[in-house]
Amino acid sequence: MDSKTIIMEDHPNCVCSPSDAVKIKAQDINFFYGKQQALKNINLDVLANKITAIIGPSGCGKSTFIRLLNRMHELVVNITLTGRIYLDGQDILGPCVDPVEIRRRIGMVFQKPNPFPKNIFENISYGLEVNGIKNKEFIEGRVIESLKKAALWDEVKDRLHDSALKLSGGQQQRLCIARCLAVKPEVLLFDEPCASLDPISTRKIEELILELKKDYAIVIVTHNMQQAARVSDYTGFFLLGELIEFDKTEKIFKAPKDQRTEDYITGRFG
Amino acid sequence: MRKDIAQKIGFSFISLCMFTTVMFLFAIIYFIGSRGIKVISWEFLTQAPRNAMTAGGVAPAIVGTLYLTLGAVVFALPLGVACAIYLNEYSPKSYIVNIIRLSINNLAGVPSVVFGLFGLAVFVKFFGFGVSILSGSLALGILVLPVIISASQEALLAVPYSLREASLALGATKWQTIRKIVLPAALPGILTGVILSIGRVAGETAPILFTAAAFYLKGYPKSIFSEVMALPYHIYALMTEGAHPEQQTAIAYGCCLILLCLVLFMSAIAIFIRQRQRSHYYG
Repeated sequence: MDSKTIIMEDHPNCVCSPSDAVKIKAQDINFFYGKQQALKNINLDVLANKITAIIGPSGCGKSTFIRLLNRMHELVVNITLTGRIYLDGQDILGPCVDPVEIRRRIGMVFQKPNPFPKNIFENISYGLEVNGIKNKEFIEGRVIESLKKAALWDEVKDRLHDSALKLSGGQQQRLCIARCLAVKPEVLLFDEPCASLDPISTRKIEELILELKKDYAIVIVTHNMQQAARVSDYTGFFLLGELIEFDKTEKIFKAPKDQRTEDYITGRFG
Repeated sequence: MRKDIAQKIGFSFISLCMFTTVMFLFAIIYFIGSRGIKVISWEFLTQAPRNAMTAGGVAPAIVGTLYLTLGAVVFALPLGVACAIYLNEYSPKSYIVNIIRLSINNLAGVPSVVFGLFGLAVFVKFFGFGVSILSGSLALGILVLPVIISASQEALLAVPYSLREASLALGATKWQTIRKIVLPAALPGILTGVILSIGRVAGETAPILFTAAAFYLKGYPKSIFSEVMALPYHIYALMTEGAHPEQQTAIAYGCCLILLCLVLFMSAIAIFIRQRQRSHYYG
C-alpha cells in the first residue's frame, strides 16, 4: 500500500481522484526501435475498474505503448526502453520479474482475432494448462465460466469440440477474450479489438468490455473515436510518440485543452 | 483482338508443357508397369531369390528397403525438426546462423555417393556398426536431413506470428508455445517433408552401397546390425551382374514396379496422417 501512495504523489499527470486505485502506472517511458524514438516521456495511469482508451493516428505509438504494459515488446529485437511500469506498485520491468507471470496477470486481446487452430474448448483450457492446472473438473468449470463472461456461451455450448476457426470473426474475438479471462488476469489490454469486425460484432464487443469493467482494469487502443467516447472513462491522445493529453473521456471530447487534440477529435487530421 | 491471341498462344504453350510432363510420367508408369507386372506373383513378393537370382522372389529386398526407409526417417525427423526449430524460433539472427543455413543448403547439394563413403568411414568403420541396417539408415538419414529441415522451416514460418503472440500473452513460456501451438500447427507441413524424404530415401542406391546393402541374402535381417538386401541395389545388381541377363532384366522391372508401389504406399500413409491432422485443426 505504501508504494502505491508514494507513486500517486510524485506523478505529474495524475488526474484520478484519491479514491480511484491505480492499477498500472507508466512513468517516464521512452522507447526506441533501433535509433528511432517511438515513445517520448510517457506518463500514464491505468485505474482499476475503469476503461482507459488510447487514441491517435496510425503510427503514433499506441500499440507500442500497450505492448510495453505486458512486456510483449521484448519479442522484438534491437529495442531500448527507459522508464518504469508499475503493476500494483511493483516494477514489472525489473530484472527479477518474470515476463511470463506478468503476461498471465495482464491479458491481451489483439487486433485480428487469433484463435488457436484447436477446438473451442481447447482454446480456452490452453491458458490453464500452460499455467500448470491439471484438474479436469476445474478446467471445465473455468472454461464454461469464461465463455459465459465473454457472452459466447449460448452460441457455442453445443459445439465446444468444433474447430474455433469455424466461428465468425466476432465470435472468434469473443473467444479470444474468453481465453484471456480463463487465466484470471487483473488487467485486460485490447489492441484495436474491433478493427476487423462488422458494426454488430463491434457493438457486442463494446458491451462486453463495459461489462468486464466491473472486474478488471481495461486499456483499449482504438482508431475509432466514437468507440473511445462510448466505452472509456479516461482517454489518452497520442501523437508522434507523445502523450499529448490525458484526461477524463468527457473532458477530452468536450473540452480538450490542447489544440492538437481538438484538431484530431474533430477530424481535421488523422 | 491481339491481346486475345497472345493469351491463347500463352495458354496453349503452358498446356503443351503440362501435357509433355504428364506424358513422361505416364510413359514411365506404362513401361515399368507393363514389363514389371509379368513377373509379379505371390511367390515373387514373398520368397527369397533362388537359382542365382533368376527365380524365386525379392521379399528380402522389399523388407530391407522398408527397414532402411523407416530407419532413415526415424533418425532424420527428430534431428531435422529440432534443427528447424532452433534456426527459426531460437537462434538470434547472427553471422554464425547464416553460415549454418548456408551449410544445410549445401548439404542438400552433396552427391549421394559421398554420403555412402562417409557412412562407410564413420558408421561402418569408426563406430563399428559394420555393414548394417543401422549404418545404412544413418547414411540415408543424413542425406534427407536438408529436405526435412527446409520443409520444417517452411512449415514453421507458415504458422502465423499472431498465434505465438496469443500464446505468450496468456503466460505460456516460449517452449510451451512451440510445443503446444507452433509444432502442431506446423505438423502437416513437416509431414510433407517426410513424404518427400520417403521417396528420396527408398530409391537411393549410392549411400547404402557400402553401408547396408548385400548382393544376395537368403533370409530376412535379424537385427539392426544385419546386412540387408534393398530394392534399388538389387535392381542395380540384376542389371550389371550375373549370367542370365534375360531373366534378370525381367525381374529388375518387377523390382522397379514394386519400388514405385512401395513409395506410393508409404507416401499414402504420410498423406493420410497429414490430412487427419489438417482436418483436426482446421476442420
